[in-house]
Amino acid sequence: MANFTVDKDGIKRYLVGVKINGSEYTRVIKANTLLVNFLREDLGLIGTKKGCELGDCGCCTVMLDGKAVNSCLVLAVEVDGREVTTIEGVSNGEELDIVQEKFIEHAAYQCGFCTSGMIVSSRALLDENPNPTEHEVREAIAGNLCRCTGYVNIVEAVLDAAEKK
Amino acid sequence: MSVKVKQDYSYVGKSVTRNDAQLKTTGRAQYTADLKFPNMLYGKLIRSTIAHGRIKNIDTSEAEKLNGVKAIITAKDVPSMKWGLSPARFDENIFAIDKVLYVGDKIGAVCAVDEETVYKALKLIKVEYEELPAVLTVEESKKEGAPQIFEEYPGNVNTEIHHKFGDCDEALKDAYYVRTDRLQGQRTYHAFIENHCSIGMWDGDKATLYSSCQSVHYLQYHIARVLGMKMGNLRVLKTHVGAGFGGKLDPTGLDFSAVILSKMLGQPVKMFYDHEETFLNGHGRHAIGMELTTGVDKNGKILAHKFTAIMDGGAYTGLGIASAYYAGSLLGVLYNIENYQFDCYRYVTNLPPCGAQRGHGQPQPRYAFEHHLDLIGEAIGVDPIDMRLVNARQNNTVTTAGYEVKSYHLGKANEMARDASGWKEKRGKLGVGRGIGVGNGGFVTGAGFCQYRTDLPHSIGMIKIYDDGTQAFVYSQAIDIGQGSDTVLLQMAAEAMGIPYENCKMYAGDTDLSTLDFGAYASRQTLMAGWAVKRAGEEVKQKILEQAVEMFKESGRIKEGWAYIGNRELRPDDLDCKEGIVFVKQEPNLTLTFEEVARKYFVTKGVLIGRGWYHPGKLGGNHKGAAVGTSPAYSSATQIAEVKVDMETGQIECVDTWDVHDSGTIINPKLFHGQVHGAFYMGIGETIWEEVKFDNKGKLLNGNFSEYRLPTALDMPPVLSLTVEDSWEPNGPYGLKEVGEGATTPTMGAVANAIYDAMGVSMTELPITYEKVWRALKDKEKNEKK
Repeated sequence: MANFTVDKDGIKRYLVGVKINGSEYTRVIKANTLLVNFLREDLGLIGTKKGCELGDCGCCTVMLDGKAVNSCLVLAVEVDGREVTTIEGVSNGEELDIVQEKFIEHAAYQCGFCTSGMIVSSRALLDENPNPTEHEVREAIAGNLCRCTGYVNIVEAVLDAAEKK
Repeated sequence: MSVKVKQDYSYVGKSVTRNDAQLKTTGRAQYTADLKFPNMLYGKLIRSTIAHGRIKNIDTSEAEKLNGVKAIITAKDVPSMKWGLSPARFDENIFAIDKVLYVGDKIGAVCAVDEETVYKALKLIKVEYEELPAVLTVEESKKEGAPQIFEEYPGNVNTEIHHKFGDCDEALKDAYYVRTDRLQGQRTYHAFIENHCSIGMWDGDKATLYSSCQSVHYLQYHIARVLGMKMGNLRVLKTHVGAGFGGKLDPTGLDFSAVILSKMLGQPVKMFYDHEETFLNGHGRHAIGMELTTGVDKNGKILAHKFTAIMDGGAYTGLGIASAYYAGSLLGVLYNIENYQFDCYRYVTNLPPCGAQRGHGQPQPRYAFEHHLDLIGEAIGVDPIDMRLVNARQNNTVTTAGYEVKSYHLGKANEMARDASGWKEKRGKLGVGRGIGVGNGGFVTGAGFCQYRTDLPHSIGMIKIYDDGTQAFVYSQAIDIGQGSDTVLLQMAAEAMGIPYENCKMYAGDTDLSTLDFGAYASRQTLMAGWAVKRAGEEVKQKILEQAVEMFKESGRIKEGWAYIGNRELRPDDLDCKEGIVFVKQEPNLTLTFEEVARKYFVTKGVLIGRGWYHPGKLGGNHKGAAVGTSPAYSSATQIAEVKVDMETGQIECVDTWDVHDSGTIINPKLFHGQVHGAFYMGIGETIWEEVKFDNKGKLLNGNFSEYRLPTALDMPPVLSLTVEDSWEPNGPYGLKEVGEGATTPTMGAVANAIYDAMGVSMTELPITYEKVWRALKDKEKNEKK
């Protein structure tokens, strides 16, 4: 475990170094800080949404070393020395990722609150399996709940993104 | 007979890209909880831990000592004026005075420097109660001598409705077949993913409130009223909203607390819910107990229908009184029923309040009626689709209750759905464990009246053209909660002005900046705000054409002897503007750009503004309660579902679905079908899995998404979504009607009827869970052996 300091109340704060969306960040954080709060509150990466905070809804999904995880179920100290990709890192500056393009083309979002997590999960799937079946797409996003779209256009968008790859 | 005017539109009817596409797919869209303001504090509500009782004492002393706690407020610190979404039943206080009415009821609020401190402080607050017997079911609430929850609702009856049209008893005497069924719905929840959040701040005597809400106008009205403020001194606005489905329409304790605490402390205050608290905030779908008696002739034509609804309203009224009326008010719209009777009792109980959820009070009664209709058809040997065709309302008719229905193509929707789904080859022929079922539904396109008494118009639109003519800023308090209202309003505004959609930008949902609209409920915005922005766009265009006439004349481009000005001067109506080009209709090569004309207008006359106005006027229906159900336009739809039921385990799989909608002109097909998909999704969930549950002390058991079971991507079938091409609504701008809420109303009936077709047992209680199916199949087996 990384270096830590102890404050007057005996609370430990750890030195965490993590690569997020290609940039190195070094911060001192409490052991109980969730990754989702670290991203949103400490780094201002608000694209990662906070929904249920129980790992049920998936709207806080980020990639940790390339795998999709619920950032509300990961402690920030756990990402020390690792690599995180959030929705802000899915695209490269002005040019959108193919998954984002296809989400727009297929109107695969409505309120947009689940969309960040949904796109990150889809990106993680395509990185690992560039030609998924429809069932594989549905499995990959089964941990991302969307109350608006019925997933119909989301599944279409991801399959279309896979074909275009 | 309404005639569809075939028009060559530039943007209406086109699946243009949503105006929020970039923001929402890159994570840059900001929701209320994403906002931060300098020196901002955080707060949460103090909630009751018992279902019913008197507050004896609130001890906040330990919490106040905690480092970082800024303020703790309770009922004694805030105005005591009662409020509620419906003025007919103002029964709620900002914080409970004396009595708490459910586990989760609002007792006060805590404000501190950060979230962690807020949670710690909440744990240190001790509330002493004198517990009162709680009423947790309608059955208990109805009982003689039951504990009274409100003094003003004797017998715990919060709303009582008795509608009688024609003579049911007389008509039933002549019926070929009469049947009575009893069905039971369940309490469900909107289950949007974004939790409610509110941020308040003050500047002198002016307050600003950011809220994740569906109506900035109603929020402004209710908060200003209770806090004794002038409405103009309270700016209410929203950023992006993470869906609502009716659950973000009522003001919350967060909204009141954010305004009050930020004034008290002189710092911005963010009030927020966690996920379970959104369930406790409630206002989801009522559980309705339903009894239906219907008499038909031998072809299935309905002669008379009696419907009784018993609703569990939970603790406060909110918009629940309208839910009660909606449970029966649209009965005679869908089907032509001359004799009908609707009796409804909405009881209060010691549970979170119920209110409007997509389709308002209608989806469960629709499920009951649609299933009842199938049972009648079966008894008299008439196919379910034929039963519906015999009774479907026609175009340009008036309902027994006096509602005028212009465009209506329910019959056509049934025929199209029947053909698309392969109904004739499938119904009754899929074998044991597979089934196909149909359900019909529809909804109002906006309510005929404001929720409170007022002479305000329902929607005002305004468009300001930027100085150099390159942008049009469209203003409306319409709220995009994800359905895409900003996009379709921009499409209609662009069409009306005749400029590119891409050059239009929306300023919506801000009581200071944008213009009046009542917000996102009753499926109203596309029609009502649509009229307002369309008319604003037409005013812009008129001014542009007038300006262009001047410019053509000045330019000398109109030559002597040219046919148009041979006898008279060039007039604005000789011109038109499309996609940014102003042209002479008879001489289309004679053009100016919108931009140059608009710039000239700005230079010579000042800012170019278009204004639009909409009020539905006097609509049909004179009976008590006619206000809930009367509307400028009614949508209709047929849905068909195909299911597989595992006859061993009871597991249900919805394998395929079809939807045919009669929604008038479709402004944006992709967004339209998205509404259908989402509505079908919610309806399937409510039919099979979803139910909010409580223990025997009234404590919420499943306020989370692992136990309140929303369907996942693996549970959702494909949806084939079609529209009735001929549908054109004269009361809607560009001939449109609603889709958002109506699309949820046929689903439970369609899925339940498919389950019945598959398993051969009528399931009369929602949700139709695997366990209930398994038990029903076991009982059936036992009975068959006997």
